[in-house]
Amino acid sequence: MYVAAKGGEKAIRNAHALLAKRRRGNRNLPSIGLDQIAQQLTLAVDRVMAEGSLYDVELAALAVKQARGDLIEAIFLIRAFRTTLPRFGYAKPLDTAGMQVRRRVSATYKDLPGGQLLGPTFDYTHRLLDTSLGQGGVGGEGHEGHAPATQPETSVEAEPMPRVTDLLGREGLIEGAPEDDGTEPFDLTRAPVSFPVDRSTRLQALARGDEGYLLALGYSTQRGYARSHPFVGEIRFGDVEVIFEAPELGFELSLGTVQITECQTVNQFKGSATTPPQFTRGYGLVFGQCERKAMSMALVERALRWQELGEEPGAPAQDEEFVLSHCDNVQATGFVEHLKLPHYVDFQAELDLVRRMRAEHEEERREAGLKEAAE
Amino acid sequence: MSAQALATGFSDPVDGAQATFRAAMWALSRPGRVEVLDAGLAPPAPLIPEAAALALALCDYETPIWLDEALAAMPAVAEFLRFHTGATIVADPAEARFALIAEPMAMPDFAVFAQGTPEYPDASATLIVQVEHFTGGGLLLEGPGIEARASFGATPLPADFAARMTTNRALFPLGVDLLLAGSGGVAGLPRSVTVWEG
Amino acid sequence: MNTQAIGGMPEITYNFAYLDEQTKRMIRRAILKAIAIPGYQVPFAAREMPMPYGWGTGGVQVTAAVLGRDDVLKVIDQGADDTTNAVAIRGFFEKTAGVATTTSTTEATIIQTRHRVPETALGENQILVYQVPIPEPLRFLEPRETETRQLHALAEYGLMHVKLYEDIARHGHIATTYAYPVEVAGRYVMDPSPIPKFDNPKLDDCPALQLFGAGREKRIYAIPPHTKVRSLDFEDHPFRVQKFAKPCALCAATGVYLDEVILDDRGGRMFVCSDTDYCNTRQEAGHRGEMGVPAESASSDVMPGLNPGIHAVPPGHPVQGVDGRVKSGHDGVPVESGREGDAS
Repeated sequence: MYVAAKGGEKAIRNAHALLAKRRRGNRNLPSIGLDQIAQQLTLAVDRVMAEGSLYDVELAALAVKQARGDLIEAIFLIRAFRTTLPRFGYAKPLDTAGMQVRRRVSATYKDLPGGQLLGPTFDYTHRLLDTSLGQGGVGGEGHEGHAPATQPETSVEAEPMPRVTDLLGREGLIEGAPEDDGTEPFDLTRAPVSFPVDRSTRLQALARGDEGYLLALGYSTQRGYARSHPFVGEIRFGDVEVIFEAPELGFELSLGTVQITECQTVNQFKGSATTPPQFTRGYGLVFGQCERKAMSMALVERALRWQELGEEPGAPAQDEEFVLSHCDNVQATGFVEHLKLPHYVDFQAELDLVRRMRAEHEEERREAGLKEAAE
Repeated sequence: MSAQALATGFSDPVDGAQATFRAAMWALSRPGRVEVLDAGLAPPAPLIPEAAALALALCDYETPIWLDEALAAMPAVAEFLRFHTGATIVADPAEARFALIAEPMAMPDFAVFAQGTPEYPDASATLIVQVEHFTGGGLLLEGPGIEARASFGATPLPADFAARMTTNRALFPLGVDLLLAGSGGVAGLPRSVTVWEG
Repeated sequence: MNTQAIGGMPEITYNFAYLDEQTKRMIRRAILKAIAIPGYQVPFAAREMPMPYGWGTGGVQVTAAVLGRDDVLKVIDQGADDTTNAVAIRGFFEKTAGVATTTSTTEATIIQTRHRVPETALGENQILVYQVPIPEPLRFLEPRETETRQLHALAEYGLMHVKLYEDIARHGHIATTYAYPVEVAGRYVMDPSPIPKFDNPKLDDCPALQLFGAGREKRIYAIPPHTKVRSLDFEDHPFRVQKFAKPCALCAATGVYLDEVILDDRGGRMFVCSDTDYCNTRQEAGHRGEMGVPAESASSDVMPGLNPGIHAVPPGHPVQGVDGRVKSGHDGVPVESGREGDAS
C-alpha cells in the first residue's frame, strides 16, 4: 500500500511563513525602515529602479526589503507591479544638458566648461573596511559626533555644463546625435521584439538589462572582442526635470525630477570618401547612480552598431539577437530557476529510452558474444 | 460628441468584452458554427449591435479600423468607435487591422486588406461582416475546427463569395479572417477554411 | 489596477484575472490569429507577471485572457492537481478572478497544464491551455529567431527531419521523448510543449480547443478542435509512444502514462498514474492496483494518488502527519510498443 500526503497547498503556506520569518530575522532588532533603505542603501535602490524600469524610490526600497536584499528578486517585484500601471501619456525626452549635476567627469579633457565634479563616488577611496560603520555607540556612525562634514552635493549656482559630445559636435568631430524624425519609438514593454531592431529598441533593452551581464559584455569589448577604442567622453549623474506635455491642456508641466546617470563614450572614428573622419559614440543612460551600468551599456551599445558603422562582426557583444535576448535578468532568472520545478514526466520519458537503449546494447553484446563463441 | 456615442458601451466592460471575445474565439475555432452573441448594445446605424460588440471587445488604439462606405457615410459610427475603443479610423483598407463591413454585397476584394507576410502571417486584417441571417446552408466548409464537413450559409453575401474564400484559402498561411455578425450571433471563417458551394 | 492610500503605502487592487483590459485585448487578438493559422507562433507583447518566467507566465496570460466568471478552472503540472506550481497558479486565479476551480477533468471548462494532456478524453466545449517554455520546435537546431522564422515562412523543415534521422543513425531510435515535434494541419511544424510523446496522439482530432502560451518567448499558438496533428516520423521508423509493462499500481489502469516512484534505496519502485484525477476517479469507481488503498481507509486529507510529497520544512520538522509510504517495489520497466497510438 502506498499513500502520499496531499501537501501542496499546506507546504506552500508553510514555506511562505518560513520565508517571512527569515526575512524578518531576529525580532529583538528593530525592523528596517523603508526610509533607511532608501537613504542608506541608495545604490541598491537605484539598481532596482533602473532594471525594474520604474522610478519610485519608496517602492524600490520596499522591494529590496521584501526580497531580503536579493536585488533581482526586487527588480522582479517592481516589474510585476509596473506592468499593471495604466499609462496616462509620455513625457518629453529628458534634456540631460539641463541636468542639475551632482557628479561629472570627463576622461577626454583635463578641464572643460563646468569643470570636473567628483561628487559622491567610490573612486579613489581606499577599499579598506571601515569598522567605525559597524559601531553603534559613541564614536560610531550612529553618534552625532561622527557625522561627516556636510558638503553641498550640487554646485550651487553652477556654471552651465555642456555635454562633451556637444562640444565635440560643434567642431563636427563626432557623429551627430540621431535626428528626431518625430516617429514614436518602439516600446518593448508593449510589443514583441522582432530582430533586427532599431537603435532605440536596443537602448531600451540595454537600459533595463542586467548590470552584471552588461558589465561582462562591455569588458569583453575592451579585451579585443569588438574593440572600438572607447574614451569616456563624459559621465554625469544628477537630477533632470521630467516635462509632460498634455495636448488637451495645451501647456507643459513639470512632473518633478529624476536622478539619472548618463555615459557618452567617444569611440574610434569612421569616415568614407564622402564624409570626413569623425568620432562615433556609444550611449548609456540609467535611472539613479549606476555608473558601472551606464558605462557598460555604452560599450555594448557601441559594439552593437557594427553594421551601421561598417565594422567587422564576430564578437559576442556585437550579436544583437544574442545580446538582447539574454540581457533581461527577470527572464533569465525565471527560466534558469524553472529547472527546479518538477520535470518527472519528461524525465520518465528519458529514463524509458535510456533503459531501452541499454537493454538493446546488452542484447547486441550478448549476440556478438554467442557468435564469437560459435566461431 | 453625440449623446448616442456616449450612451452605449458594454454595461460591464470586463464581462462584456470577455463574453464577446469567447464567442468570437469559438466562432473561429469552429468555422461556420454560429455562436450566440448577446451584446446589449445600441450603436448608431447602420452599425449593428453584434458587430459593435466585436469591435469594442477587440479594438483599441493599437488597431486601426476601416469602415465600408455605408458605415463611413454615418459620422456617428466613427465617433462611436473612436470613443469606445480609442482606435483610429483609416481610409486605406491596407492599413486596417479590423475592417467593418455593413454591406457585404458591396464589399471590396479581400486583396485590398493586409494579408500578412510569409514571416508574419498574423499581420493581417480581420473582417467583421454584418449579415442579416444565418441560413445554415448553401456553402460547405472543411478544414481545421470542423469535424468532417459543415454546411453554412448567411445572407446577404456576394454571389462569388465561395470563389473569394477559395482565393483567400490559396494564400494560406496568408490571408484575411472573417467574423460574420448579426441576428444575435457570430460565425467565423478563418483563412484556414475551405469553402465551396453546395 | 487601482491604488488607494492606506497608512503609508498605497493598497493595490487588481482587475479581474489580474491583467488590465488592454492587455487582455492584445492577447485575445493574438489568440484569434493563432486559431486562424493553426500551429503558427503569433508574437504577442507578453507582460511581466507576478510569477517567474518559465513558471507558466504564458499559460497564465492565455488563461487570464480567456477566462470568464462562469468558468471552472483546473490546473495541472506533471498531470497532477496538487503539484506546487499547479497549486500556486490555481491559487492565483482563485484570488484574482474568484472563479470556481476543480480537479475533475470532465467538470473543467478551462484546463491549464504543464507537461501533460489529461488521460480523460476532452470534450468540445473545453479549452486546454499549455504552458510552453520554448515554443520554437527548431530552436535547438537553429538558435536564431531570424533564421527559424525564415524556415517556417518557407515551410523548410528538412533540418528537423535530418535531426531525427541522425538520432536513428546514432542511437537506433529517435531520441526525442518529449516535446516531440508535430505537423499541424499539413503546414506548420509545432512544438507541443514538453509533454511526453505518449501524449502526442491526443492532440490529433481533439474536440477541445488547444491554446499554447509562451510568456518569456512571447508567443501564442493554437490547435483548433478537430485539426490534423501528425507527429513527425519516417516510413521505416514510424512514430511510436511509450507503453508501460505494468498497470498503475494504484488503480490498475493500462494504456496511461505512469510516473516512477522510488520507494527505497534497494531498487524498490512503483509505477502510478501521472494523471491524479484519472487515477482517483478510477479508484473511486473501485479499480484497485496491486498497491492500491481500499477506498474506505482513505481519509479526506489523504489522496491515494501520486504526489511529490512536498514539505515546507526539512525532514525532522514534519508539517504533514501523513506519510504512509511503505512496501518494497516491483520492477515495472516500460517497454516500447508497436505502432500504438500513431498520430497519423
